[in-house]
Amino acid sequence: MWKIHFILLFSRQGKLRLQKWYTTLPDKEKKKIVREIVQIILSRNQKTSSFVDWKDLKLVYKRYASLYFCCAIEDQDNELLTLEIVHRYVELLDRYFGNVCELDIIFNFEKAYFILDEFIIGGEVQETSKRSAVKAIEDSDMLQETVEEYMNKPAF
Amino acid sequence: MPAVSKGDGMRGLAVFISDIRNCKSKEAEIKRINKELANIRSKFKGDKALDGYSKKKYVCKLLFIFLLGHDIDFGHMEAVNLLSSNRYTEKQIGYLFISVLVNSNSELIRLINNAIKNDLASRNPTFMGLALHCIANVGSREMAEAFAGEIPKILVAGDTMDSVKQSAALCLLRLYRTSPDLVPMGDWTSRVVHLLNDQHLGVVTAATSLITTLAQKNPEEFKTSVSLAVSRLSRIVTSASTDLQDYTYYFVPAPWLSVKLLRLLQCYPPPEDPAVRGRLTECLETILNKAQEPPKSKKVQHSNAKNAVLFEAISLIIHHDSEPNLLVRACNQLGQFLQHRETNLRYLALESMCTLASSEFSHEAVKTHIETVINALKTERDVSVRQRAVDLLYAMCDRSNAQQIVAEMLNYLETADYSIREEIVLKVAILAEKYAVDYTWYVDTILNLIRIAGDYVSEEVWYRVIQIVINRDDVQGYAAKTVFEALQAPACHENLVKVGGYILGEFGNLIAGDPRSSPLIQFNLLHSKFHLCSVPTRALLLSTYIKFVNLFPEIKTTIQDVLRSDSQLKNADVELQQRAVEYLRLSTIASTDILATVLEEMPPFPERESSILAKLKKKKGPGTVTDLEEIKKERSSDMNGSAEPASVNASAVSTPSPSADLLGLGAAPLANSAPPPSSSGSLLVDVFSDSASAVAPLAPGSDDNFARFVCKNNGVLFENQLLQIGLKSEFRQNLGRMFIFYGNKTSTQFLNFTPTVICSDDLQSSLNLQTKPVDPTVDGGAQVQQVVNIECVSDFMEAPILNIQFRYGGTFQNLSVKLPITLNKFFQPTEMSSQDFFQRWKQLSNPKQEVQNIFKAKHPMDAEITKAKIIGFGSALLEEVDPNPANFVGAGIIHTKTTQIGCLLRLEPNLQAQMYRLTLRTSKEAVSQRLCELLSEQF
Repeated sequence: MWKIHFILLFSRQGKLRLQKWYTTLPDKEKKKIVREIVQIILSRNQKTSSFVDWKDLKLVYKRYASLYFCCAIEDQDNELLTLEIVHRYVELLDRYFGNVCELDIIFNFEKAYFILDEFIIGGEVQETSKRSAVKAIEDSDMLQETVEEYMNKPAF
Repeated sequence: MPAVSKGDGMRGLAVFISDIRNCKSKEAEIKRINKELANIRSKFKGDKALDGYSKKKYVCKLLFIFLLGHDIDFGHMEAVNLLSSNRYTEKQIGYLFISVLVNSNSELIRLINNAIKNDLASRNPTFMGLALHCIANVGSREMAEAFAGEIPKILVAGDTMDSVKQSAALCLLRLYRTSPDLVPMGDWTSRVVHLLNDQHLGVVTAATSLITTLAQKNPEEFKTSVSLAVSRLSRIVTSASTDLQDYTYYFVPAPWLSVKLLRLLQCYPPPEDPAVRGRLTECLETILNKAQEPPKSKKVQHSNAKNAVLFEAISLIIHHDSEPNLLVRACNQLGQFLQHRETNLRYLALESMCTLASSEFSHEAVKTHIETVINALKTERDVSVRQRAVDLLYAMCDRSNAQQIVAEMLNYLETADYSIREEIVLKVAILAEKYAVDYTWYVDTILNLIRIAGDYVSEEVWYRVIQIVINRDDVQGYAAKTVFEALQAPACHENLVKVGGYILGEFGNLIAGDPRSSPLIQFNLLHSKFHLCSVPTRALLLSTYIKFVNLFPEIKTTIQDVLRSDSQLKNADVELQQRAVEYLRLSTIASTDILATVLEEMPPFPERESSILAKLKKKKGPGTVTDLEEIKKERSSDMNGSAEPASVNASAVSTPSPSADLLGLGAAPLANSAPPPSSSGSLLVDVFSDSASAVAPLAPGSDDNFARFVCKNNGVLFENQLLQIGLKSEFRQNLGRMFIFYGNKTSTQFLNFTPTVICSDDLQSSLNLQTKPVDPTVDGGAQVQQVVNIECVSDFMEAPILNIQFRYGGTFQNLSVKLPITLNKFFQPTEMSSQDFFQRWKQLSNPKQEVQNIFKAKHPMDAEITKAKIIGFGSALLEEVDPNPANFVGAGIIHTKTTQIGCLLRLEPNLQAQMYRLTLRTSKEAVSQRLCELLSEQF
């Protein structure tokens, strides 16, 4: 069985920005894993490969500006294509936010989750066409408020 | 103020996030969060009903707090309320909260399921999508119970929108993974397979993931997916980069779908239909060709996607393990990557070559890269890459390069990362044992291991060296001398003290003649380490001392003094005290004879699997290492004597040299005029008439697999949805041993599991097989092993039948496969000069001694592969013997208990006609006949 077990986004300072789990684990265990993995990856230097053996899984990671994107996959899974899953996700974020940066993901974390859900379900890639995925997200935004409505909302 | 928020941004949320970011300390952050939690709690409890927007905003804040790492113990109900909102954004936040925070035993699960049910029935594709995402995200058993029946219907309904189909396929996959028993198979499965033909590539991609996982568990039911996948793949790889529009990724057509299709095909053996098979081979060739083309873009995304497909294609080629030229091409391609400037590609090439090393067709090709791999071990800066290099060296190791590889691994061990030291120690220990020709080398290697990485040498490793030294008397003196010398070092590792103590206690007498290692010196040397050691080691040394009392009566009083001292007799540790008291007493009251009997040299250890191997397997988790081992090319010559039963060693010693035998060719037929063997047909009839009701007919396809084992000894013999049968065998002279592994692929126990090896009456007189019964219960997911000891009494034609009967979930299962024990397994290769060869060839010119077959090539005619097959068949491959260099000649001796039969063979390929002529000459017609039959099937 092949699939992504989880995806983590964290900053160079080790702050977790997004976590998506495709296997069921207790919260405590998740926190432990996050700490361990952030530490492993931040301690690796720049010129190394993008792959690290971790327990019986493999971590595939890449840094985009200030953010690390890390996927845990199974040993026999396709590492290179996992890197491109990450890249496609970054492209989708970019397309949606326009020059996405870490702050976009902090302030619109729920959007980052929605976009990921359009792209991956249960650890498997659902839609690889950028156009279809972005369209799905934009369609749902059409169902939402306008900027005027936004500004009229209470600030607490 | 926050960065610009899009769409439905919640202003209050943005302000809150901004506040948190401005907190200067952890305490300030916690304070701000507590304030917010109090605020939200009061809003939720307040009398005034909250509007949807506020509810959404507060739920989202809670989610944010949770994701910061704080516990959240309320708000679930409000989130569930959001699910039934008609506003998309509210519903969406509700589902997000549930996906992240809900635990399955929650009281709310019924309410949640109700909301999901409504959304699934809404026929609104966006709502349906949200509901499906939520099921997939939570993936609990309760969800499976509620929806596993419904989702297949949505998936195959004609009017379902494409995007919903995609979600439904992957949602179902998630449920199948967590609760396969709850997903009912049915009519829908055949319709799912046809989604491979769907117009929409997104649907095909999602469906392929689902089908792959289903097919792993139910290969029969999804067999039709093979040809559909091949034709889909073929259309993709031959398309121009613009054909697939949006599904082309950086000029690579549909890389995700390609990889998934290649994955799906790895659930099956090579396609049976020659047309499908040909088309697939074309696809794989095209992918390999594309790797040689100049890149269409300089972007790393382009090369990553392209190579992702390439590596997956190589995995499939290795999985099929049947197209020698593809395997060799794959190996060459990976060889190029080994030197690539991209670290990622070097890493992947090392990893992929590891599996390639296991194929008999490419093992030799992989070995040619040994220098590059050793270099990687020395120069790569990334520990991940170095680890892959260690793995590959381990996989490519065989008798020819073991000394070099072990030396390099030992070198590397001195500087290796701590995280991988133990694994390297285990690997070195295994290779040193497995390929030891000379056991002094083995002993040196293990002592080096202890010297370099003593802390990482586990019990299994030093137990094993002792087992081997005890079982092999030719190495005992050397071992005693070497440990004695190693113990001279002022600081030696405690593991060395253990090994030294044990070995000197058994074999110290072998070096006691040398005044430099007299009994007293040996004793003093060991005792000088005593006080620095831990309790278990001291206990071991006490046993050594009492053994010395027997070996060296002259130092008995010295030892008794030591045992009698207060530090021993009154030791606080009970075990040490007891040993001291008992040993002292034993040495005082027992007569020399009794002492000699009690303290006799340890008997040889019973033969068993190397405990180190078991440790490595455990360390690596199930599968990985077993595979490495099973696939390791193990010709009979790789067998090492240490673990062999005595009879094998004995026969090896007493056998006359091969060349002596060939001289006696002429006499053999006189001595051995066996009746003509029965035809294969009548044998099968015999088997059935014996017990027609009990034995199942041969499983379909078992003949194919049988033929694959003629030139190799390890692999998978049979596989269906319930059971996998793997083989690993070794042969030497007229004896052999076969390990049969029965793997239960289901999650349910097999009961009354009874494998039986059946020989016809004819076969029984020429082949002696001994098996032990296996445990009648095989747990779900478990593997049991059965050993068959084989003795070839005289030459034989047919193969034994392996019949397996068991109960699986109330149904009786009964199947039979042919067990690949063939006459050629008892071959020993014989080297000879051209002159000798043709002289013997002429001696065997009686028409009854020659059998010839002319046949069409079934595989590509590649000289290297042909050579590998002839060697795999068991005979020697004689180079520069035949005047025509395109021809292959071989020679060897078939060993049976009653006689030895010299065999000569000659294979003449005709490339133009794509034909072969195979000629066998042996002193016995039946043998020529049988060998010719067996070998003809291989080309």
